[in-house]
Amino acid sequence: MNTLLCARTDFDAVVVGASAGGVSALQTLTSRLPADFGIPVFIVLHVPRDRPNGLSELLGARCALPVSEAEDKQTVTGGNVVIAPPDYHLLIETRESVALSVDAPVLFSRPAIDVLFESAACVFGARLLAILLTGASTDGSEGVAAVRAVGGNVWIQDPADATAPLMPAAAIAHAGADAVLTLEQICLALENTNT
Amino acid sequence: MPSVVCRKIMEDERLLDIELRVLLEAIYLRYHYDFRSYAMSSIRRRVAQAMVRFKVDKISDFQHDLLRDPVLFSEMLQYLTVQVSEMFRDPSYFKAINTQVFPVLATYPSLKIWVAGCSSGEEVWSLAILLKEAGLLERTIIYATDINAEALRKAESGTFDVDRISQFSRNYLAAGGRHSLSDYYTSAYQGAVFDRALKRQIVFADHSLATDAVFSEVHFVSCRNVLIYFNKQLQDRAVGLFHESLVPLGFLGLGSKEALQFGAHQNDFEPFVKEQKVFRKVA
Repeated sequence: MNTLLCARTDFDAVVVGASAGGVSALQTLTSRLPADFGIPVFIVLHVPRDRPNGLSELLGARCALPVSEAEDKQTVTGGNVVIAPPDYHLLIETRESVALSVDAPVLFSRPAIDVLFESAACVFGARLLAILLTGASTDGSEGVAAVRAVGGNVWIQDPADATAPLMPAAAIAHAGADAVLTLEQICLALENTNT
Repeated sequence: MPSVVCRKIMEDERLLDIELRVLLEAIYLRYHYDFRSYAMSSIRRRVAQAMVRFKVDKISDFQHDLLRDPVLFSEMLQYLTVQVSEMFRDPSYFKAINTQVFPVLATYPSLKIWVAGCSSGEEVWSLAILLKEAGLLERTIIYATDINAEALRKAESGTFDVDRISQFSRNYLAAGGRHSLSDYYTSAYQGAVFDRALKRQIVFADHSLATDAVFSEVHFVSCRNVLIYFNKQLQDRAVGLFHESLVPLGFLGLGSKEALQFGAHQNDFEPFVKEQKVFRKVA
């Protein structure tokens, strides 16, 4: 286990980005979140824009925390898992609320991981944990750079452990990471990140 | 895109928001465009994109230039205001309007519909087509309003890129369109030009939900994915305008992820088609 990441457990929010292979990875990750997880979790998964998507139900079925699709200006408190709706960007508006936008897709994606991560970096600064998982896009690289620039913590799934290695590898190359971990190690670390 | 957002927050994330607020205040004082109550998360991103485009590194330098250069400001306005919609975006919404709202509207001898924040007009033209197919267009006036003059001009031209038309056609059929979308446009060099006859009933006008008042009594307000760019206070103001403008039992249609339930007017409307975010003003 990476000692660096055990050194920091003082987070106010977690943002998670995933693309190809992400449904299964997110199912694993959310199913391992403890019931008393005290901070909010915001998730962007690249999804087709006009297909009904039961992601919140899918993840909610095996998660100890309530999982929902974001509504605009919704208040979000600790212990809630909030997912970006298809065809909207999810942004962190304040420490307690989210905003949505239909601004242009980023790298062909709406929702985009960069948009979530950058907006979260502006609001939570050093108190943010960002986790980037499997994917075949280069979305997330700029977001990871933004989080690291404000002193937030970034954990990236080891490309060798990811279903699709391109996205985590691109982010590591572009901005580096505070820890490169397997999905299992990320889950273990989250269990110890309880605030 | 080189991440200006990233570089800016590297400096100091608290200073970034102070400088942004000062910029928005300056724009209001100089040009009377009021973005002070917009959602900061989107404004931050849009200003950053504009700064990449205009190659400025500091918000304070950008402010200096914007205050002195109205042409630069009007170009920057595009970054602050333009929403990209599409015709019949969320076809299930338009289907609900067509099958559940229009039959009620049909009982009025004359109709007024307000498309607030219409941007480049995709949803205005969509409504006009459905109204025509329902036999209601001739007795309807559609007010299409926005703060962005350039977007309004584009909306009024009824011209859209040809490469967007196949998506529009799929949406049109999914929305319950009765013909072929190609019945309503002709292809020209510059794109697909929609039938001018549809436009006779549309009034395009400059109107700000942040600073202007109600201008007419209407039976239906469609305002989709506009409120998401506002903070809660401005959302309350806008919904208040809609409420004031609507006849008793008039309809309000919002974007699929917009809600009234957290706002000041939540008791002034009741769900009409809940899953499509169509509300009805309480009598």
